[in-house]
Parts: sequence; C-alpha cells; structure tokens
Amino acid sequence: MSIPFYVAPEQLVRDKAEFARKGIARGRSIVAVDYRDGVLLLAENPSTALHKVSEVYDRIAFAGVGKYNEFETLRKAGVRQADLMGYLYSRDDVTAMGLATAFAQTLGMIFTRDPKPFETEILLAELSEDGSEHRLFRVTYDGTLFDERSFVAIGGKAEELTEALGELWSEGMSLEEALEAGAEAFRRAEGRESEGWEAAVLDQANGRRTFRRLEPGEIPTP
Amino acid sequence: MIDRPSGPLPIDAPVPGSSFTDLLESIGAAPAISVPEGASIPSAPEGTTVLALRYEGGVVMAGDRRATEGHLVAHRRIRKVFPADKYSAVAIAGTAGLAIDMVRLFQVELEHYEKIEGVRLSLEGKASFLARLVRSQLPMAFQGLVVVPLFAGFDERDDEGKVYTFDVVGGRYEEIEFGSTGSGSRLARSYLRTVYEQGLSGEEAAAFAVRALVSAAVEDTATGGPDLRRGILPNVVRIDQDGVEELSDSVIGPIAETAVETIR
Repeated sequence: MSIPFYVAPEQLVRDKAEFARKGIARGRSIVAVDYRDGVLLLAENPSTALHKVSEVYDRIAFAGVGKYNEFETLRKAGVRQADLMGYLYSRDDVTAMGLATAFAQTLGMIFTRDPKPFETEILLAELSEDGSEHRLFRVTYDGTLFDERSFVAIGGKAEELTEALGELWSEGMSLEEALEAGAEAFRRAEGRESEGWEAAVLDQANGRRTFRRLEPGEIPTP
Repeated sequence: MIDRPSGPLPIDAPVPGSSFTDLLESIGAAPAISVPEGASIPSAPEGTTVLALRYEGGVVMAGDRRATEGHLVAHRRIRKVFPADKYSAVAIAGTAGLAIDMVRLFQVELEHYEKIEGVRLSLEGKASFLARLVRSQLPMAFQGLVVVPLFAGFDERDDEGKVYTFDVVGGRYEEIEFGSTGSGSRLARSYLRTVYEQGLSGEEAAAFAVRALVSAAVEDTATGGPDLRRGILPNVVRIDQDGVEELSDSVIGPIAETAVETIR
C-alpha cells in the first residue's frame, strides 16, 4: 500500500488558488453597472449561443466567468433553488442574499473538498424594490462572498475594470451612458476593442420578470 | 419528508432535467395526494364555465367568476383564467383548490423550463405537459375531485392562436374553432356554434366570448353572469403575437352590458 505524500495545508490551498486564478484569467470578464432604471450586465462574449448572463428569478440575474460547464452547473442549481423557494413559500422569499450565500457555500465546499477547484467566478445582481441601491454580489472560486455597490467586475481583468469604472461611473446614468461606460472600461482594461458583446438588464419597466436581454441593435458596436 | 432548500446547492444530487415538477418529486414535495379507499371526500368549491375561441391572429379566453359548493355559491369573484407565460393562458373548471394549485405549478414549470433551457417550450409542448398534470390527478378524479383545464396560446412557430381542451384522464385535443369546459360549457358551445365564423377580429371574439358566458349563465345556475350592480365582470384575456393581454374592467364592462341586453 502506498502512503500519500504529506502536503502542508498552506501549500495545498495556495496551489489550488493559483490553479483556479489561472483558469479564470484565461476567460473574458463581465461587469454589472447600476443605471437610472436598473442594473446593466455587460459581458465580452463573441458567442451568441452560449450565454454568460442569464435570468435566475423575477429580480435576480446571474453572470459567470471561467469554465462554461462549471458556472453553468452553478447557474442551473441556482435557478432550481430559487424556483423551489418561490414555489414552496412565496416569490418574495427568494433573495439574492440567500442565493449568494448558497453559491458561496457551494464554491467553498468544492474548493476545500475536491481535488480540482472550480475555475469560475460568479456575480449576482438584484433589482431593489424602490429602484435605488441595487444589490450586487460577487463570489470567487474559493467561496469568498463580496457585497458591492454601484458597479462590480468579475474575471481575469476584474481589478482593471473596477478601477476604470471608478472613474467612468456616475449616479443616474441612462442605459446608453451605462453601456458606453462599460464598453470604455473594457477598452481601458483590455487595451483592445471587444470581440462581441452580450448584454442584459434588470429593469422595473419589464414587469414581474425584470430580466431582459438587449438586442444586438441596442448595444453600441465597437 | 421534504428536503428544504437551504445550505449549499445540491449540485452533486442527480439532476432531474429541466422539469420543475420532476424536481419537486425528487425532493418529495410533489403535490400528489392519495385518498384512502372508501374515504368520503368533503365537498369543495367547484369552478364552472370557461371558454376560448380563435380569431384571426390570436385567441381569446374567458371565464365567469362563480364557484359553487353543492347548491350554494361559494365564491362570487373567483378567478379562473390565468396567464401561464408570455404567450399562453390556462383556464380551469372543476375542484377549485386542486385546479388553482395545478395552475400555479404549471406557471412555475413553464418559467423554470425557459430559464434552464434558455428557450420557451413550444405551444404543443406546454399543452402536453398540462395533460400530464391532469393525468397525475386521476386518483383524485375517482374520488370525485375532478380538474379539467382549458389551454390557449399563441403559437410562435405557426403564427396563430390555438386552443386545447382536455378530458379527465389527461386526453388532449386541439380545437380548430373554440373550446369550453365546466358545467355551462355545453350551453356556451351551442351559442358559439351559432355565431362563430372564420376571420373574426379580436374585439368580435371578446364580445362573443362574454355573450357565450352570459348565455350559459341564463340556464346553468352554477355559472355566474356579469353582476353589473356589484361590479363582478368575467375575466377575459387576449393572446396574440405581442403576448397575453388581460382586458381591464373598463373594456369588459361595456361588452358585458351589451351581452346582458342582447342575450334573451
């Protein structure tokens, strides 16, 4: 019988984190930005078939970067959880906070338990009832949960995007201005033009289900 | 025992596909109820007449507002016509409590599928699924608790409105002109048969739908006609290429007034 080599926990965690970070850095990033009537989610995505941004519940949207199959697994689990809660209790009992916590626990568990951590980072946006201070959550590959305000970025270029949005974002922007700010943030962070956009909004004007994908014509072409 | 959704997401659990009903079953929360042999069922409120008819470019669905319990009126303002998703609506007749729960499950099912798969079910797919829900109620039907829905929607692929009727064992039938279910449905159908023609407009279809309900209410005590004094008007929805639109009372009011005067 072979005895496994002893690896110090610090070393193990460091290696896993480095592995996950490398995987995420290979993919393209996503930003979520508050605007006058809701939240805009903007992703650089050359594919029109594979979505990175999608609807979870009436007022909640999901976005994921990294390995597609991994964040897709998480997205579907999130939709199942949300629909179950809403059906068993009430639609009002489904909150981004509850879902974000569940995502954080899941990612944290996978990070410590599984030999290979998920190479993915996710974002949850929730439209607030009164139209101000929408909730934005970011969950990293190791299950760390961040509660953000006004704008947030995930993916390999998250830091650069956040820095750029800090200069470009202002309160009460229109959707067009928010799209322009998001696109400009990508331009600054990546140092090149985008290869294609995927965009969606959570907007009160859409009725009970506030999520709506933007048509290609509504997004400024690079 | 229901596994309540809490804690980490059960991503290792066997995935039940894209059906919400299957998901409910997998955690033991499906609404399947069984009644012991020979048990007597307490009487429960029953919904009565609902109908749907096709017109040029869409379909209109309407239902009266009465629920009865034996010879008594149980509810005067019950709702029996519900939007199911953006392009379809479902109306119910039979045991109200079970039927309304079926509608709620159906609505979540359609939205769940759409979110998981990223596309809406076809209209035929929705009708088939509703048939499955009706069939799952079969044990209750033997005990006298019958639920028979009516389904209508706009078919985005064929660009036209369609109507589906069901029977108690989960049979599903596409109707080419109109469909109706509930205690007053025969009376409503006889009325519609005399007035129906191809190429109706949406307005004409809505007027005929309300008149058919009034016509049923005249002879069927379980069907409630428009109660103009109390402001109780039928529920009417119109479904076309722009989706489901619920007609407001200010639109239905005049239609109902004319209907009450016209129908002898």
